[in-house]
Amino acid sequence: MLAATVRVTRDIDAAEEAVQDAYVQALRTWADDGVPDRPGAWLTTVSRRNALNAMRRGRTLAAKLPLLVGSEGDEAVPDPIPDDRLRLIFTCCHPALAREAQVALTLRLVCGVATPDVAQAFLVAEATMAARLTRAKKKISAARIPYAVPGADELPERLEAVLTVIHLLYATGHTAHSGEDLVRDDLTARALDLARMLRLLLPADREVAGLLALLLAHHARRATRTDAGGRLLRLEEQDRTAWDRDLIAEADRLVVASLSGGPPGRFGLQAAIAALHAEAPSYERTDWAQIRTLYDVLLGLWPSPVVALNRAVAVSMVDGPNAALAEVETLERDGRLAGYRYLPATKADLLHRLGRDGEAAEAYRAALALSGNTAEQEFLAERLRFTGSR
Amino acid sequence: MAQYAVLIFERETGAELPPESMAAHGRLPQRIAEQGGRVVAGLALEPSGTATAIRGDLVTDGPFIETKEALAGVFVLEARDLDHALALARLTPIVDGGVEVRPLTGFAVMEEG
Repeated sequence: MLAATVRVTRDIDAAEEAVQDAYVQALRTWADDGVPDRPGAWLTTVSRRNALNAMRRGRTLAAKLPLLVGSEGDEAVPDPIPDDRLRLIFTCCHPALAREAQVALTLRLVCGVATPDVAQAFLVAEATMAARLTRAKKKISAARIPYAVPGADELPERLEAVLTVIHLLYATGHTAHSGEDLVRDDLTARALDLARMLRLLLPADREVAGLLALLLAHHARRATRTDAGGRLLRLEEQDRTAWDRDLIAEADRLVVASLSGGPPGRFGLQAAIAALHAEAPSYERTDWAQIRTLYDVLLGLWPSPVVALNRAVAVSMVDGPNAALAEVETLERDGRLAGYRYLPATKADLLHRLGRDGEAAEAYRAALALSGNTAEQEFLAERLRFTGSR
Repeated sequence: MAQYAVLIFERETGAELPPESMAAHGRLPQRIAEQGGRVVAGLALEPSGTATAIRGDLVTDGPFIETKEALAGVFVLEARDLDHALALARLTPIVDGGVEVRPLTGFAVMEEG
């Protein structure tokens, strides 16, 4: 009975609670109506229903997004697939290797990118990258990092590292920190290929579905992120008719798969947020309240100041810029985002919306000083001129 | 099977290791064996305050490197690969610190001539 209920909740504590409640209900109901023909089946059914109800109650999110509550048909993940590429990617993304080595090895060994190109992607000298790769390969061999798909008990944690690496690859390509081109198509294409491959190899994993959905939802908007002159366009300025509807639809289906059958994961939630943006008819008519709720859940799962900063933007659309500014200022005092250019940029935008242009200009200048990307610098410089002209 | 050294780092409090930790250390080789590994050797060190460092000609009181968590002991185990070694090393009883797992290039015990 517990196992059947765990299948619904994917959480033994929650399942135990649901089963206990079912016994309590049984004591009451059976006293009035008599013991049912198959008391075991009765208890199992009630336990599972209790579990589902608890999950619905437990998350405001679940009320807003019914698809978050698992369908009962979605069974456990099948045995890990013995595929060479899968083994290789788990080796490259082994937690015993530094993150930068994981990313470089994955590009080099899984994607087959030549070392000079890997070096260029991460803006380091070829010799530096070659040394980094050699050192990592040496550790794999000396420490005997296994070439294997981890066992079921370790899989979620190890898979998270793989997903993080792929996401990092995409993000690096998507917003190159330095250089002329905002998007390095090569990296984003490689990351998408990897996510698709992983989806094929691990079709039952919900976070894999989430990552692919997240990348697709971003990729659908790639053509509209800059104008013809290479100037960075804000989300509200982008031409939504030019977004790739097929990719958005695909992302949406994957979000549903990612959020069905268990508690939501980090990538599934980020994908749900990206999909809501991609499906909104306009910036103003975006479902900001739901996005904020999704950020609340995400923050509970992943207490990162970057997530909190993104949440503040949603807060500004629901409760106004004043409420959001207070949160951004809290983050600023927290200090963990010192040097993160999106913090002063977000703050500047909020101050501008509040008509405090002097302070906004100061914050834009702070963001400008932190950005190494030409397109981004031009964008910020233009925002700065805009605050000055009012 | 490959050999790994497990370096145990603990914050030194001046007090003896709690008895349950001592007992857990005693059971460790057995537990490691049950999981398909083998403890080859073990060293338990006196507190770092008893150490003497030699740097060139200079002899000083204390450990070679002062750290918040001091090296308290080392044991050598045999494991299939790093994942296996990490799983075995996780069985080490720790009070307030952690372990470092290092592959060995060699391990020798000198026979008496």
